[in-house]
Formats: sequence, C-alpha cells, structure tokens
Amino acid sequence: MTDVADPKLEEANVGGGGSTETTAQRISYLRAGHSLKSWLLTTDHKRIGVLYTLSITFFFFIGAAAAALIRLDLLTPAGDLLTNEGYNRAFTIHGVVMVWFFLIPSIPNTFGNFLIPLMIGAKDLAFPKLNLLSWYIYMLAGLFTLFILIAGGVDTGWTFYTPLSTMYANGNVILAATAVFIVGFSSILTGLNFIVTVHTLRCPGMTWGRLPLFVWSIYATSLILVLATPVLSITLVLISLERLFGLGIFTPAIGGDPLLFQHLFWFYSHPAVYIMILPALGVVSELVAAGAHKPIFGYQFVVGSSIAIAALGFFVWGHHMFVSGQSLYASAAFSFLSIAVAIPSGVKVYNWTATLFKGHISLDPPFLFAMTFIGLFVFGGLTGLMLAMLAIDVHVHDTYFVIAHFHYIMVGGTISAFFGALHYWWPKIVGRMYSLAWGRVTAIFFFIGFNLTFFPQFLLGYLGMPRRYHVYPPEFQVLNVVSTGGAAVLGIAYLMPLIYLIYSMRYGKPAPNDPWDAIGLEWTTPSPPPKHNFETLPVVQRPPYDYEIELRDEHV
Amino acid sequence: MSDARPSVAEPFTDPLQQHRAAMMGMYVFLGSEIMLFGGLFCVAAAVRLAHAPEIVRASHALHSGIGGINTAILLTSSLFVALGVESAKEGRAKIASGWLGGAAALGLVFLVIKAYEYWMDFTEGLLPVEGVHSRYVDDVQHLFMNLYLIATSLHAVHLSIGIVLLIALSFRVTLGSIKLPERAIVLVTVGLYWHLVDVIWVFLYPVFYLAR
Amino acid sequence: MNFIPLWPSGASAYSHQIDLLVIAFTVLIVALSAPVFVLLLVFIVKYRRGKEADRRHAPNRNIPLELSWTIVPFLALLGFYVWSTDLFARLYHPPADAMQIDVVAKQWMWKFQHPQGQAEINELHVPSGQPVKLTMASQDVIHSLFIPALRIKQDVVPGRYTSSWFVADKPGTYRIACSQYCGSNHSEMTGSFIVMNPTDYAKWLSLSSNDVSLAAEGATLFRSRGCSGCHDPGASVRAPSLVGIYGNPVPLQSGEIVTADDQYIRDSILLPQSQVVAGYQPIMPTFQNVLSEEDVMKLVAYVKSLGQAGVTQ
Repeated sequence: MTDVADPKLEEANVGGGGSTETTAQRISYLRAGHSLKSWLLTTDHKRIGVLYTLSITFFFFIGAAAAALIRLDLLTPAGDLLTNEGYNRAFTIHGVVMVWFFLIPSIPNTFGNFLIPLMIGAKDLAFPKLNLLSWYIYMLAGLFTLFILIAGGVDTGWTFYTPLSTMYANGNVILAATAVFIVGFSSILTGLNFIVTVHTLRCPGMTWGRLPLFVWSIYATSLILVLATPVLSITLVLISLERLFGLGIFTPAIGGDPLLFQHLFWFYSHPAVYIMILPALGVVSELVAAGAHKPIFGYQFVVGSSIAIAALGFFVWGHHMFVSGQSLYASAAFSFLSIAVAIPSGVKVYNWTATLFKGHISLDPPFLFAMTFIGLFVFGGLTGLMLAMLAIDVHVHDTYFVIAHFHYIMVGGTISAFFGALHYWWPKIVGRMYSLAWGRVTAIFFFIGFNLTFFPQFLLGYLGMPRRYHVYPPEFQVLNVVSTGGAAVLGIAYLMPLIYLIYSMRYGKPAPNDPWDAIGLEWTTPSPPPKHNFETLPVVQRPPYDYEIELRDEHV
Repeated sequence: MSDARPSVAEPFTDPLQQHRAAMMGMYVFLGSEIMLFGGLFCVAAAVRLAHAPEIVRASHALHSGIGGINTAILLTSSLFVALGVESAKEGRAKIASGWLGGAAALGLVFLVIKAYEYWMDFTEGLLPVEGVHSRYVDDVQHLFMNLYLIATSLHAVHLSIGIVLLIALSFRVTLGSIKLPERAIVLVTVGLYWHLVDVIWVFLYPVFYLAR
Repeated sequence: MNFIPLWPSGASAYSHQIDLLVIAFTVLIVALSAPVFVLLLVFIVKYRRGKEADRRHAPNRNIPLELSWTIVPFLALLGFYVWSTDLFARLYHPPADAMQIDVVAKQWMWKFQHPQGQAEINELHVPSGQPVKLTMASQDVIHSLFIPALRIKQDVVPGRYTSSWFVADKPGTYRIACSQYCGSNHSEMTGSFIVMNPTDYAKWLSLSSNDVSLAAEGATLFRSRGCSGCHDPGASVRAPSLVGIYGNPVPLQSGEIVTADDQYIRDSILLPQSQVVAGYQPIMPTFQNVLSEEDVMKLVAYVKSLGQAGVTQ
C-alpha cells in the first residue's frame, strides 16, 4: 500500500471474482488522514465501523470479565468469591453490557456500517454525520456505564423488574436506566440511517431482488431498531420517575400494576433479541455462499424469512410472562405465535444446507464459523421452541435452561457469526491476510468450549437450578464445574484472534481485492477500499451470488 | 455552485435521490417518535381499563376548556407551518419566514398557557409536587395526575425543540443561508416534525381531558 | 423417571406427564435437526472444492420442497402445542375440593398457612393424594414459588393473589426455591416440600402448634383492628354487612357488579376506595400500612367463614 494517489482511477467492474492484485494507485480509507482528528471526526462509514469495532470489543471484555467472576464463584455451591450483593451486581452488569453495548451493535454497527455502502454500490451511508453522532452517543452511554461500575454497580438484573427496581433495589438503578436510554438513541439513529440508505442509495441495477442477503438482514434489523427501541426508552423514563418520585404506575398500593412494566419491557426486549440474531443470520448466508461458491438456495424464501422474523418478533413478547400471572388465553396466543416465529429461522437453516448440495466447499475459517453457527443456533432455536411450549416453560422458566437457550443463540449464534464475519472481511477491512490455520483452531476451540460451558446448563435448568442463584445445592456442583471449565476454553477462543489478527496487520500478506474468490460488490474494490469506495458507481446486471457452476480447476 | 444545478451532498448522486432520502429519514424518525408516545398511550389505556370510574372522575377535574384552547392554538400553528412550507417551495423567503415565526410564537403561547394551567392545577392541590400536600380524591387520581404530567411534559419538551427549530429556520431563511426554493426540503422536514408534535397533542387531549 | 441420575425426581402424576412431553419433544428436536447435521457433513465431504463430483444441474430453488419444509415442521409443532396447552390449562382449574394453603412470600422467606392454623416457615407439609391449592401473596417484590419435583412454578406478585394447585403422590422431601430474582438473598430463599401419606400428615398436623384456625385468627384481628366497629350489625357507622358475601355478587357504586372473591376482599381492606359498594360512602380507611399480607389472608379466611351458619360477634 503506497500513499500515491493516481488521479486516473479505474472503473470498478462487476461480477468478476478473479484475484487481481491491488494496483496501489489509490489512497485506502485507512491512510486518508493519520491524525486523531481525522479518525474522531470522520464521516467515512468504514472508519466509523472500525471505531465501533474497537469500542464493542472493549465492552465485550468488560462483560466477559463479569462472566468470569460469575463462573468462578459458581465453582463451589457456597458463595465464597463474591458477596450476595456483589454477585447480583456482577450478573446485572454482565447482562446490561453484553446486551446493549456488545450484542445489539455487534454486527450492524461494525460490519453493517462498513459493508452496506460497499455492497449496494454507494459511496457512504445516507447520513454520514448522523452515523458519527450515533457512535458518540454510544460512547457517551458506555462511559456512563463505566461510571456506574465504579460507583458500585446496579443489582436489579438487566431486566429491571418492578417493584424491585423502583422501590427496593439499592444500586444505581436510575443511572443504569439513563445509560441504556442514551444508547437507545444510537440504535434508533443507526437503524434510520440503514433504512434510508438501502432505499435510496442502491447503485443502478441493484434492485431489491439483487441485494445481498446480509443487506436484507440488516434492513430487517433496522426496522426493529427504529420501532422497538423507543418503547424501551419510555419504559426506562417511567421506572426512573417511579423510583425518583413514586409515580405509582407500577406500584399496586396506589392502583398501579407491576406486570405493566413487564409488558412494556418485553415488548421491546423480545424484538431486541431479533436485533441480535438477524444480522448474524445475514452474515451466515454470505459465508455459506462464499464457502460453497454457490448461490444461496431459495434466495426469496430466505429474504422472506428475515422480514417474517422481524414482523412476527413483535407479537411474541408474552412468552416471557407465562407464569407471571398473565391470562391463560393470552399465554396460549403467545405460545402459538412463538412457534410461528421459529419457522422462518428453520427455513434459513434448511436453505443453507441445500446450498451446500453440489457446491464447491472450502473449509476456510469463515465457513467453519458458519458451520459452528448452524450447529449451535439450531440447538438454541429448538430449545427455544421447547420454551414456547407452555407446560414445559412452567417448569424451566427462570432456570438455567433459559440461560443455556439464549446463550446458544447469542453466543453460539451471534458470536459465531461475528467471528465468521471478522475472519471473512478482515482482509477487506485491513488489507492483510491472516493465518488461516489459527482461524480454524479458533473455530474448533470456540465450538468445544461453548458446548462445555452451556450444555450442562440445560441439565441444571431441568434439574431445577434457578437463574441468578449465587448459592446452590451441592448436587449441582459437578455440572457447574464442567461449565466453568468450558468457559475457560471459550475464553481462550475469544483471546486467540486478538493475537493473530493484530499480528496480521503488520506482518500479514497484503490482501488482494478478492481473497476468497467470492462474489459481491465489496470484493470488486481494493483491500482496503479507498475512502470513497467507488469513483464511478457500478452498474449491476447479474443476479446475486452469480457463481460459475464450473470452476476452472475442476472437472464436472 | 458555479452552474444553476442544485448541489448534492455526499454520498448522493442526484438531487431527487437526496430529496427522497431526507423525506424518508424524517418519516422513519417520526415513526420512532410515534412508538415513544405509543408506550405512554398504552400505559394510559392500561390504567384506564383497570380503574375506569376513578379515571373518568379524575379527568373531569382537568381544565378541558384550557386544553381545548391549546388544541386550537396548536392546530393553527400547524396551519401556519404548512403555509410557510408552501411559500418556501415558491421561493418567497420573507413570507415563509413570517409564517414560521408565527407558528413558533403560537407554540410559545401554548407553553405559556400550559404553564398557567399547571399553576392552576397546583393551586387546586392536584399537581404532584414533591413535599407539597396534595388534595386527591383517591390514589388513582394521584396516579392519573402523575401520568398526565409526564405525558404533557414529554410533549412540551418535543414542542420546545420544535419551537427552537422553527425560530432558527425563520432566521436562516431571512438571512439567506437557506436558499429557497432549492433547499425547501429543510422546511418540509421540520414542518413534518411540527405536525407530528401537533398530532400527538390531538391524541393526548382526549385521552386525558375527555375521558368519560 | 427416577432412576435417571441426571433427571429430577417427580412427585406427582402431572410431573410424569411433563417429563413425557419433554422427552417426546426432544425426539422431535432430533428429527428436525439430525438431517441437517448429517447432510452438512455429507455435503462438506462429498463436494469439497477441487474434488470430483457430479455438480451438474445444481438447483437454486425448489418451491415445493421449501414449502414442505416450512409447513411440515409447523404442523408437527402444532400437535405439541395442543398437548402442551392442555397440560398448562389444567393448572388454571383446581378441583373444588382442593385444600387451600395460603402462602406469603417476602424478602427472603416463605410462610405457609394451613387452614387449621398451622404455620410453617420455608417448609411445606402436604398429604399425598390430596389436591392442594396454593393462594399466594407477596409482601414486597415479585417472587416465584418453584417446586421442581412437581414441575410447577408460579410468580407471586405484590398487589394481587396468584394461585397454583397440585396433587402430590410420592411421599418424600423435595426442594422449594424462589425463582424470580428478588434482591440480595434471592438464592437463599429456598426450603423443603415434604409430602406425607395422609396418616403421617394428620399426625404432623396435631403435633404442630395450632391454637386457632386461620378463620378464628381472622376473627380476633377483625375485632382488634376495629373492623367490627363499622361492619357489625348495630354499629353506628353504616358499613356493608359481611355475612354471606363470599362468592356472591356485589353491586358497586360505579354500576359494575363484581364477585366477592379473595382478591376482592383483599382489595377492600387495602384499597378501599377502589371498589365502593353501591349506596355507601367511600369512608373506609385503608389498612395498607397497618396489616401484613398474612393478616389480610386471615381476615379473608374469617369473612369466608361468615358465609356459613351464624358466625358473627
């Protein structure tokens, strides 16, 4: 990569997947300005994507540290590492940080920001300055949260149930609610930006039916971001005012209803989990197509499934309240709808499997992470269906069964996809190749460590170990020890990429435009791309994932 | 720009595209605002369903006449904004600026009347204030008044932001820093925001003042 | 199921039915997912890049196939939905002859009240083979009573009564846990659930201190707290008579007619302004900060007993 700018720039071409070397005639976005100011005041979506990646990695490790404390304490049945209050603060901060400061922005704000304009043939998002503002809002909220940590934490669980949070809890509830309120604006503005971008900035020929599945999934996610997050915002305002002024909306003594909080909270928080998984599902579509060198089977059904998940996801919140005193008929309705929302996810998995049929499969790290995703997400999703069954949920609600279920989805699923995306688009983002062998090792450690950590928790849950339990009966110890052991292996898997990926930034081979021979507009640009992505906008004429059926080196 | 073609901001390639994006952006934002107030309306509905007679009684105690006047003021201000936007599209900067200023003034009048109404509620012992003894008929009225205060305050915050925007636009249009009719889109989008704030009030008013 | 070491013990017929449902559902899970895992492995091996294989006419879509793998799993799941909802609905319909046990949850303990007045803390003794209905109240935050051996749990929500019911079959000692995070000592809010055969239970009842039945305790409270001052016939203040009201309709000031159930009586004591009886003044003071949920349950038991033959004064 040189710093020479060539005024005569080539047109980006479309559809070709050959590995051309970078011409080194353009200034990459990484080198367009070296000062701190050029980074902190950038409006380039790629730099903002990088800023987000750094921030969410930081917050991930804060949430992971809390998890480490929890798992260490759970090695023994007695609560001997932390006090009861300390433990309660640990799982609360784990949830708050992981949900709002890691999972929700994890794929949209990093890879979504970086890739959406590239994938649709645009020079940037629709509102670049708003994009930067979103990051600053996120950082402000994050700093708030760090302050809360130092100020003693909060002890209500990330779910803030009333009246515990409004009348009885001792921690910094209002501060925590404020931090989450602030980060909500970041979510809303991000979603707004993506929606308008996908509608208005597609290059000529990039019809809706030719959009990469990743773009579709981010679009569906953005709909949820914009429509669900404001409900959380108002709910947080209400519990803060209730705590400050004794509002009474959630206080039975003056005619309020604690369950009203649960309805409001879950009306946001259930769609929120789809914010966390839809982008991952989109990433996996990209990884499977590239790994198999084949178009995704049933593109239209896969698109439809993303929209269906986003839409149906708004109507299932009551499945968090089957035992909370909700009416039988409401529970029956929510159970039915929860089954319905699982179907589109199943459709995707079947379509990915069919994609591999007669494909040209290469076991590079991105593909391996797509496979770990499928393995773990399928299990997580099917246990979710189990939870949707009313009578089963009565027994396992609020136990480790639920914890195992959602970690299979959010860690087994979303983090697999995040790692897959990282290992797939890394060459594009930094312009270097990394050690594929180490990438594969990470995928294996991740899969093994994850299962060791969370599978025992299904058993613990069915045996009757409730969640948020600091002390537990001695007969549960063996399973807890296995789980903590697995967490150590998982921790290694989280740390390994930090080493070889950062190493590659200095010592890795310069990456070609298209290291994976994949098809997509992002692969037609140099690695890393120039600041304005395309000097002349591409014109799309072919369907998406237009891989040649026969490859040069193969016989039929 | 050197030629008569209107300029487009990065990353747009033509003015129509940019116009569409601005409109869509504002509509999406307003969608999120509707969900914000929607949560409040759901709370109001839930409380109403749980305690219908007490809510009706509490609603009677509000000054629906004053509220009605305020509704008329806001609706008129929306009319002014609409007229201002039309003038902007025709390139008549001074007139557009005047309409916007008038709308902002009406918004200020609304806030003043609202403040007066709060004061009246306070003297009647109905406005929930920390440490001040209140004269509620029952606890549900207390709950109702709390909700009323939150909803109208949230609305007032949004209205104040709108007023500031309208005043700023009015100035910039007069000074020429917003060229009309090329950049009329700025007034259109702010106008949309103002109209939504108005619509929200049009729902707030019957929900709180006219529960029967 | 009790011989499987990794399986919780089951103390009721209902628990065995839940286990059956879970096992059947697990079979469904395997049926829906095993093909995926098997095929993934097969395809990865067979269609490895660079390996010779017949890749002609690779399909891109197949609407009938995609529709069937959407619809068939959905129908299978619907079958389980019906099974599961039926089991769940049973929890909402306790038999009429169920023995009622009152439960009060508070940070961080459980109090169980037997109808004859025996009170237990963090322990619940029940006779086997007898339907038991739990009526539960919380003194402070939301708790949840979880009895894993019965496969049931129910949140206990402040401001209302929630209920659950069961028939325990198998004598033994099992665990009780609070399963809704309720503050500092949530994980220590546990206890024992002891099922005894009816003879042993009767023996236990007579041995536990039970001076007075719940209703009689309620009667004492009724007088000591001043309720009789207004509600007894001949009182100078005009208040509705409570004789025979339990389970019967009550006309309210607002024109509504409600049934005087446990929740209604509780609310009349703690939130007297909310449902004023037609024709009476809203002058009853609230006992919100004066009576605990336990006390209220005793008063409820007393009012219930007024439905029977002549129990006033």
